[in-house]
Amino acid sequence: MRDGAGGVVPVARLSGVGLSYRHRPALIDIDLSLPSDRMIGLIGPDGVGKSSLLSLVAGARAVQSGQVEVLGGDMADARHRQRSCPRIAYMPQGLGRNLYPTLSVFENIDFFGRLFGQDAAERRARIAHLTASTGLADFIDRPAAKLSGGMKQKLGLCCALIHDPDLLVLDEPTTGVDPLSRRQFWDLIDRIRAERPGMSVVVATAYMEEAGRFDWLVAMDAGRILACNTPAGLLERTGCDDLETAFIALLPEERRREHHAVQIAPLSAGTQPIAIEARGLTMRFGDFMAVDHVSFSIGRGEIFGFIGSNGCGKTTTMKMLTGLLPPSEGQAWLFGRPVDAGDMATRRRVGYMSQAFSLYTELTVRQNLVLHARLFGIPAADRAARVAAMLDRFDLAQVVNALPTALPLGHRQRLSLAVAMIHQPEILILDEPTSGVDPVARDAFWRILADLSRHDGVTIFISTHFMNEAERCDRIALMHAGRVLATDPPAELARKRAADTLEDAFIGYLQEAAAPAASAEPAEAVTAAVPSAASVAGTAGVRRVFDLRRTLSYARREALELRRDPIRLTLALVGSVILMLVIGYGINMDVENLSFAVLDHDQSPLSHDYTDSIAGSRYFTEKAPITDYADLDRRMRNGQLSLAIEIPPNFARDIARGRAVNIGAWIDGAMPSRAETIRGYVQGMHQHWLARQAREAGRGAEAAGRVNIETRYRYNPDIESLTAMVPGVIPLLLMLIPAMLAALSVVREKELGSITNFYVTPTTRLEFLLGKQLPYVVLAMINFALLMGLAVTLFAVPFKGSLAAITLAALIYVICATALGLLISTFMRSQIAAIFGTAVLTLLPAVSFSGMINPVASLEGAGRVIGQLYPTTHFITISRGTFSKALGFADLYGSFWPMIVSVPILLGLTAMLLHKQER
Amino acid sequence: MRAANIWHLGIKELRSLVRDRGMLVLILYAFTFAIYSAATAMPETLHNAAIAIVDEDGSPLSQRIVDAFQPPYFRPPDLIAADRMDTRLDTGRDTFALDIPPDFQRDVMAGRVPAMQLNVDATQVRQAFTGAGYIQNIVNDEVTDFVRRRQNEPVLPVGLVLRARFNPQLSEKWFGAVMELINNITMLSIVLTGAALIREREHGTVEHLLVMPVTPLEIMLSKVWSMALVVLAATAVSLFVVIRGLLAVPVHGSTLLFLSAVALHLFATTSMGIFLGTVARSMPQFGLLLILLLLPLDILSGGMTPRESMPTAVADIMLAAPTTHFVALAQAVLYRGAGLATVWPQLAAILAIGSVLFAASLLRFRRTIATMA
Repeated sequence: MRDGAGGVVPVARLSGVGLSYRHRPALIDIDLSLPSDRMIGLIGPDGVGKSSLLSLVAGARAVQSGQVEVLGGDMADARHRQRSCPRIAYMPQGLGRNLYPTLSVFENIDFFGRLFGQDAAERRARIAHLTASTGLADFIDRPAAKLSGGMKQKLGLCCALIHDPDLLVLDEPTTGVDPLSRRQFWDLIDRIRAERPGMSVVVATAYMEEAGRFDWLVAMDAGRILACNTPAGLLERTGCDDLETAFIALLPEERRREHHAVQIAPLSAGTQPIAIEARGLTMRFGDFMAVDHVSFSIGRGEIFGFIGSNGCGKTTTMKMLTGLLPPSEGQAWLFGRPVDAGDMATRRRVGYMSQAFSLYTELTVRQNLVLHARLFGIPAADRAARVAAMLDRFDLAQVVNALPTALPLGHRQRLSLAVAMIHQPEILILDEPTSGVDPVARDAFWRILADLSRHDGVTIFISTHFMNEAERCDRIALMHAGRVLATDPPAELARKRAADTLEDAFIGYLQEAAAPAASAEPAEAVTAAVPSAASVAGTAGVRRVFDLRRTLSYARREALELRRDPIRLTLALVGSVILMLVIGYGINMDVENLSFAVLDHDQSPLSHDYTDSIAGSRYFTEKAPITDYADLDRRMRNGQLSLAIEIPPNFARDIARGRAVNIGAWIDGAMPSRAETIRGYVQGMHQHWLARQAREAGRGAEAAGRVNIETRYRYNPDIESLTAMVPGVIPLLLMLIPAMLAALSVVREKELGSITNFYVTPTTRLEFLLGKQLPYVVLAMINFALLMGLAVTLFAVPFKGSLAAITLAALIYVICATALGLLISTFMRSQIAAIFGTAVLTLLPAVSFSGMINPVASLEGAGRVIGQLYPTTHFITISRGTFSKALGFADLYGSFWPMIVSVPILLGLTAMLLHKQER
Repeated sequence: MRAANIWHLGIKELRSLVRDRGMLVLILYAFTFAIYSAATAMPETLHNAAIAIVDEDGSPLSQRIVDAFQPPYFRPPDLIAADRMDTRLDTGRDTFALDIPPDFQRDVMAGRVPAMQLNVDATQVRQAFTGAGYIQNIVNDEVTDFVRRRQNEPVLPVGLVLRARFNPQLSEKWFGAVMELINNITMLSIVLTGAALIREREHGTVEHLLVMPVTPLEIMLSKVWSMALVVLAATAVSLFVVIRGLLAVPVHGSTLLFLSAVALHLFATTSMGIFLGTVARSMPQFGLLLILLLLPLDILSGGMTPRESMPTAVADIMLAAPTTHFVALAQAVLYRGAGLATVWPQLAAILAIGSVLFAASLLRFRRTIATMA
């Protein structure tokens, strides 16, 4: 190593590494060597490739081109990854992104401990130790979602450290965390490193002021490395005083040219009218106090800063000022008028820019501006000029027809500001407008703000994480846990606390505020307290083809999460019952109470006898006689009559004379299957009537016919729809919902990001899949029991066969169904696609090709082939066989085999298609 | 309320939809391919039914009976031995098994009325009853014809002339296409409006709208009109191009009346979509709720099973759903050619239900909109 600052062997070495997402390059030809046993910082704004680089090093993302060597092996080699992943810990970007929000602190760490094969006693000891040293011990049962940003990051660290890694990869661990928690976090890392000197730490950060702590820095921009050096070395090389200016100095010439230092003229003296005033503003969500009696007043033209961690109440306060949220208590005034959500006039005087980019990404830059101009009611005559002025002022003229998603973050922020300014508001409320924006663009943004404030007299209320931005404000308010700790000009704040920097002053205030409640920062050692640490690392390094404990760990976690998600749980437990009730009552092929009426031209006793023979049946209900053809037409058109009978004139006389007569019958053909049934009934009754007439006339032989067909309706003698439907519906429901939930369980992790834990832990594909599947198989069996209960009780469908046979078949079947869901999940990216995709892919073959409505034997072509392969077909056969046909194992074994064979095929395919790395 | 805002926000919705490729594919699929396949894939009630015959007679008459079973109603019969009959019925290989006894022809000719056994797998409820009727008719016709030719018997004096109105061939294709169209109108209008609302919420743009001089009523109306327009246009195209053109289904009634009714129905269903969008907190939740809502609407509205065949309580509850009235109306207009004079009660019911749904959604939208941001 040329510099001499690093260890002998680099912990990671990248050569010629390139990476692109859909042709958009993220990393370009990176050559980099990271020294071991050091704390290495990757610095640079968002979107320059820091995260991509870290995910490659951690093995979470597949190498596209070039070579990545970590811990002495090639990360493109799956065996090396499997061997070394117990030595690497990875904490991805985003607060708590690899945590499970509904699981408690203990459950989260415990899950990771199980994945690394630690036994119960060891896990308990380690968790107790880690939580004690990070100060989380008091919150051990709190769900991760309810932790503050700083606590989430500490929990993430605990999860990463549970297996004593040699390489710790942290991606922006302190973004969005308050300065005190940030400082505590770094102190924690320092202590851990003191305990385990052999551990290398690679950190990405967007806060340049943090970078001073690191041993070694890698500055990145636009997918390339700008420089690698020690912090002191970088400052020396650029001749700058602080790292932020040093970073700007390192940028290529054309980027740097756009940069000018921000100069803000002093606020003109003299008292300005008050633009924004808040008195005792309070917001409660349930028993949580988000904003606690906040008061301040801001003069016209002032730049007022709001500083504080994520979740301290800044955003909520701003929303109350704009009228988005009505305060629980207190009052706010804009220009002396109380804020009222319904007051349209106030809205026209305020411009608001929310935290996340929140413009229409489907509209172009111009369309966004024009839409907002229209909504603010800017007259058509002025509109074009106003839009042009905004494009010019915010330097957006070149990208006017681009979609926002195609623009760099800095441009998007300028567009947001342009939209917020389109109606020339007197007040701008900006919620963290510069988060994630690079330093050059950030300074450009601030120059615009300075201009607006000083030249146009716009009052600016802005929140930020960046201390150098806070220093540019005329006054700032420090906010913490819903309260404003202090409000003063920045220099004044630092002076009051006798601190060198604003950050130190802020930390001073935070410590004072937290003092009564704080459990002093623990001084305990963080690692190496558990004696078996080394041996654990040793055993975890051994490759196992299949480890039941890891499977059960996934299963356990899945079950816990499901238990805490009411909508999914409801669907899982009662979804199929609800659908069974709907289908059971809704799909009925019995045809009864059909309305019919007669157009009787004869009106003889014989014609009345014919009518009575139909009216007497339980299938038909007679309506008022039809008066003429117009009446017949009208009543059939509006659906009042399903059947109309026309008896011709001289009906009785003609029969008596042995002359052939025809009775006309019109059936409503709108619903063909019902019409078929009616046709059958009418023909039957007609024959019956003829036979009776013949018998009465003494022509018995002819009446009885020449052959006696004894029709035996087997298994379901009354041909009841329910008896036939229910055994077919149970297989349908046991396919649809378990498959959908299993598919969701994997796609959810993909969408929320916790799938990373599967990528970077020793879990194998099969362990992961079976762990995911197990809870849903259990749930599906509970559903099976519920559906069986419903079938025999409420629907009173007799069960005649072997209960053991159908239960075993159901078990194999739901394993198939969940495996099918997992298979579908491998090619679905979003949860909504997984829901609809699974519904379509499982319902169509289950309903149409599996013999539920039409027997498979009646199908042709592809439908028949699908039907013969699809597991639903075989389970329907078993279900009908046991329900209605009184069959058992011996009769049905032929239907078990195809299902049993499907299980390994489906799971094997899924394992093959499931990626163990992000691509 | 400003009409201009409603108009511009609606245009914005349409622009967003144009860029949402997934939704466009779904619309295209639902109104073309899905309808075509629903129409053509739905087999006739009795189609290729599996029948086995045990011929213990082996006479010319029994041979005639065997030959009488022909596609498309029946598969060519399998001739089997008597002891295989039960197993084949048990495993679902056959739906019907006909046993022709020994000396059958001789007994028929001698007027001894021999008994013939027909076994029906009644778990196949869709085919069982109709199929048994067909088989009885076929056997009777063959026997009568056979006897008549040999003995010159007179015909029965009273005939029954059966005609199916509105769909003389009882083609399932007509029925399947129109029912699929009706179901997809309901499904898409709910999905489009609900998704439009949730998308705004997930992208944080609702918050953006709320700080502008725009009222919740304007936001909601803009989504209702724009998404309803999309579905209405797709319906018209589907009706003219796919159903009338490609599938050659004759549409009896006034298409103008039908499309007006669709517009009214969309007012109700898009309101439902908004309501669902306020209940669900994310797209996945919306998807799950949708399944629990759409299946009952599709199944219980009278399209799949006639309302008179449902338990009274279920039928009564379903009167509150707009789809029930819409299905009745659509069947009357499209199948039976009914006019306004016949279907006005349904139109009135849809309007009333739509108004209630709209009011409820607006109320809920206003109440929850603050927490959405």
